[in-house]
Amino acid sequence: MGATGLFLCLFLVGHLAGNLQLFIGGAEGQLQFNEYAKFMTTNPAVKILSYLTYFSILFHTVDGILLAVENRKARPVKYAYNKPSANSSWASRNMAVLGTLVLAFIVVHMSNFWAQMHWGEIPVQISGPDGTLDEPLKDLHTVVLGFFNPAENSLALAAALLYAFAMVAIAFHLWHGFQSAWQSLGVNHPRYTPLIKGAGKAFSVVIPALFAIIPLYLYFTQAA
Amino acid sequence: MNLTLKIWRQAGPSVIGKMETYKVSDISPDMSFLEMMDVLNDQLIRDGKDPVAFDHDCREGICGMCSMYINGQAHGPNRGTTTCQLHMRSFKDGDTIYIEPWRAAAFPVIKDLSVDRSSFDRIIQAGGYVSVNTSGNTQDANAIPVPKENADKAFDAATCIGCGACVATCTNSSAMLFVSAKVSQLALLPQGDPERELRVLRMVEQMDKEGFGNCSNTGACEVECPKGISLENIARMNREYLRASVTSE
Ligand code: HEM
Ligand code: SF4
Ligand code: FES
Repeated sequence: MGATGLFLCLFLVGHLAGNLQLFIGGAEGQLQFNEYAKFMTTNPAVKILSYLTYFSILFHTVDGILLAVENRKARPVKYAYNKPSANSSWASRNMAVLGTLVLAFIVVHMSNFWAQMHWGEIPVQISGPDGTLDEPLKDLHTVVLGFFNPAENSLALAAALLYAFAMVAIAFHLWHGFQSAWQSLGVNHPRYTPLIKGAGKAFSVVIPALFAIIPLYLYFTQAA
Repeated sequence: MNLTLKIWRQAGPSVIGKMETYKVSDISPDMSFLEMMDVLNDQLIRDGKDPVAFDHDCREGICGMCSMYINGQAHGPNRGTTTCQLHMRSFKDGDTIYIEPWRAAAFPVIKDLSVDRSSFDRIIQAGGYVSVNTSGNTQDANAIPVPKENADKAFDAATCIGCGACVATCTNSSAMLFVSAKVSQLALLPQGDPERELRVLRMVEQMDKEGFGNCSNTGACEVECPKGISLENIARMNREYLRASVTSE
């Protein structure tokens, strides 16, 4: 769980760096994003990374669910009166629920964009800011903008809110998960553990917040 | 003090239990929680009723026998104490107190508040021992150098009294804090070296076999442990386990 969890944290950083390009406006932004999307679907090194990511999500999910089922069985009779908040965080006790929300989001999210990019009929970009392109590009940029544009998608607001909500779930998952992974891997040290815990809290707030701002930004700038 | 007690009553291991309500009066705030239970049982016996079964032995916080999940917390509301070290002054006159047994598949109820913790014994038997020279010319213990820091950490781990509060409080009923204390106290010392790999592999295997849950590092165990056993021990056991899995045959 720990190793795949931390690998998925690395994936988040890479994915965020890519997504932040959506803040670049105009024709430059469109060209850069579509070139990036092409690179991500064709580059062999990225291919290897993406298979590692699929594997991690699969392993992490299956193992997480198996562990959660075992944990339920380990206490067949519940306490009539229990006060777990006295000694542990809510996030730490709800990792499976939070993870399932994240998984549901991943499925929705992949069908929204990833499946479109691979098999959907999507527009093609033939010219950039400096004239005609040598080779036409799949225009994922327009698909993404359109998805969060109320003029093109009647559910744009719901989509933006859903994406932001999913990032709250991932934030809670990582609030506990980031530092937990190090402990699972055996790293607990008087000097480094406080650093890991601090870094984990910063990571779990900053990364999901940046992710969440993107759909909200796209919605509100286009709704105006 | 006058109190209302809601206590789990269960006649035997395979019977379904339920919470029952009792009243006790004239409880001194200086009584320990177990003495309050004694007063209740005295009253029940005089009334011709079945007294509440509960575990206890030393009544001074060293044996680990007393258990009880009190008002939603293992060993009650205080930190770093067992139930025998809990005093009635921690409650108010007129309070309602919920008293339940440790709840875990690996700790089946024997009767009422008394649970069977022999799963812990079987984990110890699986690997919580060291080889000693019994040839008659035993080596002087002081002849083996041990770094002071390791000796201290091993001693801290060895203060675990096997009470099971860590399991009782864990949302997963995981026994990792207990097992990691028992692994650590030997892994840190040269005396524990001969069985180092086998010990952690066998004890973890037995732990899983007993039906304890998996650790998700919520940290509740460390908070509720009467002896302040640290989560560092769990990380150490994870390291020991990883090392043993890679190096042992
Ligand atoms: C990008 C997505 C995700 C990231 C970055 C992530 C990250 C993490 C991390 C770092 C941990 C701590 C691991 C440990 O303590 O050893 C963790 C635990 C967990 N994750 Fe995820 N996770 C993600 C998605 C998911 C999904 C889709 C599920 C599906 C159900 C899930 C379920 C769990 C569960 C149940 C745990 C607790 C495991 C335990 O008991 O140790 N996670 N996650
Ligand atoms: S680790 Fe602490 S709570 Fe767990 S059995 Fe040992 S003394 Fe009790
Ligand atoms: S009775 Fe021995 S620790 Fe409480």
